[in-house]
Amino acid sequence: MKSSHASAFPAHHTFDVAELRKDFPVLHQKAYGKPLVYFDNAATSQKPSSVIHALSEYYSTTNANIHRGVHYLSQKASQAFDDVRAKVQQFIHAGSEKEIIFVRGTTEGINLVAATFGRMSVSAGDEILVSAMEHHSNIVPWQLLCEEKKAVLKVIPMSDEGVLDMEAYISLLSSRTRLVSVVHTSNSLGTINPVKDMIRLAHQKGIPVLVDAAQAVVHEPIDVQDLDCDFLAFSGHKMLGPTGVGVLYGKLDHLEKMPPYQGGGEMIHSVSFAKTTFNEVPYKFEAGTPNIADVIALGVAIDYLQSMDRSAALNHELGLMEYASLELSKINGLRLIGTSTNKSAVVSFVIDGLNALDVGMYLDTLGIAVRTGHHCTEPVMQRMGIPGTIRASFMFYNTYQEVEQLITGVKKAIELLK
Amino acid sequence: MNNITDVSISEIEQEIISEFELFEEWSEKYEYIIELGQKLPALDAIHKKEENKIKGCQSSVWLHSSTQNGVIRFEADSDSTFVKGEIALLIRVLSGQKAEDILQAELGFIDVIGLRQHLALTRANGLASMIKQMKLYALAHQSQHTS
Repeated sequence: MKSSHASAFPAHHTFDVAELRKDFPVLHQKAYGKPLVYFDNAATSQKPSSVIHALSEYYSTTNANIHRGVHYLSQKASQAFDDVRAKVQQFIHAGSEKEIIFVRGTTEGINLVAATFGRMSVSAGDEILVSAMEHHSNIVPWQLLCEEKKAVLKVIPMSDEGVLDMEAYISLLSSRTRLVSVVHTSNSLGTINPVKDMIRLAHQKGIPVLVDAAQAVVHEPIDVQDLDCDFLAFSGHKMLGPTGVGVLYGKLDHLEKMPPYQGGGEMIHSVSFAKTTFNEVPYKFEAGTPNIADVIALGVAIDYLQSMDRSAALNHELGLMEYASLELSKINGLRLIGTSTNKSAVVSFVIDGLNALDVGMYLDTLGIAVRTGHHCTEPVMQRMGIPGTIRASFMFYNTYQEVEQLITGVKKAIELLK
Repeated sequence: MNNITDVSISEIEQEIISEFELFEEWSEKYEYIIELGQKLPALDAIHKKEENKIKGCQSSVWLHSSTQNGVIRFEADSDSTFVKGEIALLIRVLSGQKAEDILQAELGFIDVIGLRQHLALTRANGLASMIKQMKLYALAHQSQHTS
């Protein structure tokens, strides 16, 4: 049993899942009388007690509006908020705090770039390049922009295994390409794309690149300077933080040229009916009172991630994924969807003659949470010729025993539903 | 289940509620609904056409309606066995009833038997749109006959 490697080593070498699980209160409950097995981590991660506590602590001890108040509480809240910007900068190794914009999540981050950088740099006949495995949130904002500007959305194709065709990518980078917007790690296939190479190739032709890192940041360290990406977006709730907060990183020289996103308080320098001048980066992009509490809790989520042995966590997650893939692929009539050799901790599959929803609901009766359907990547399903998949996505707090429950559950579902 | 019935909608709902009272666990309800789905007669291929299709987020339903002797008959199919089980329940309640009774039906049994709590169910599998479509058909039938 592989699970032995999780507990058989001395403390400083071990990755102690049982100990880590104590930090996640939501995991210690039953669903329909059965122990809850949470395999829907790609949709949202669970939160450690420290993050949950930070939210109530903020409202109990610190709540005030920030940056304008001269009083004690406002200064305390402002300080806590500003500290997180520096923390995020360090977390993704950005060159400057000014390159960190707080948004609601990855979706808003991408929409912000489309509405500002996109509007500014795309004209009729220009092209935006995305990949065949994008989440809808990295397709629709570009479609809206292309419609408005009479521009063209181009798509990098992928193989049956769910791997991007790099030769096609290179030939799609044209003199009309104004931006490449590509997912780092696919939510429905688990594929990890060679974004660093893709960025280098685009930059050779002077084309900027946005990276959708929603599925990546919780699993592996991201270094925006090493990647050399122009923009990178991610969500707090997929990385142990609260919902409603996310980050858009942008290179300073882009951000300084971009027009504001929304108008309101905080983003202005001075307002008169004749002429309004705008605040500097990043405040120019953060109209209105920000999501102070959730930003502060996001900072605590980053602390949590950085306090753990992240490479051991990743190894554990990949171990779960490989074990699940191996055992599932032994089941007659079951087909894994997304079989890239470079994969994240996601297992997507279909079963001959069975509806994914029926299987997912059966697993639910056993207390196992998976996701079924197209996972907001309908074009991926069209490409694979299937209506949807059953997806189990893992986090470091999952166990081999839970994976075994999944395998048993899938076998029982087939017996019942065939 | 497509026979013309003298039993009222609320009486059938009550029957279903009594049947479900036998089940304590969600897993038992699930298995019963799957069984109903597996037993539901397949819809004639001729009726599985685009205009009969109700697209849910995760499953599709084909609903065919007809009128006979003043009552409305429903037949339906789905690519999900669970949804077919739900269809079997809806057909049992609504098929063979008069248009005005279908329009007035509140279908409280769905809550009572504990189906609505599962799944953003009604949204994910199109149960809500299925009921809406059945009522629309009843409405169309009624206005045809009163104008």
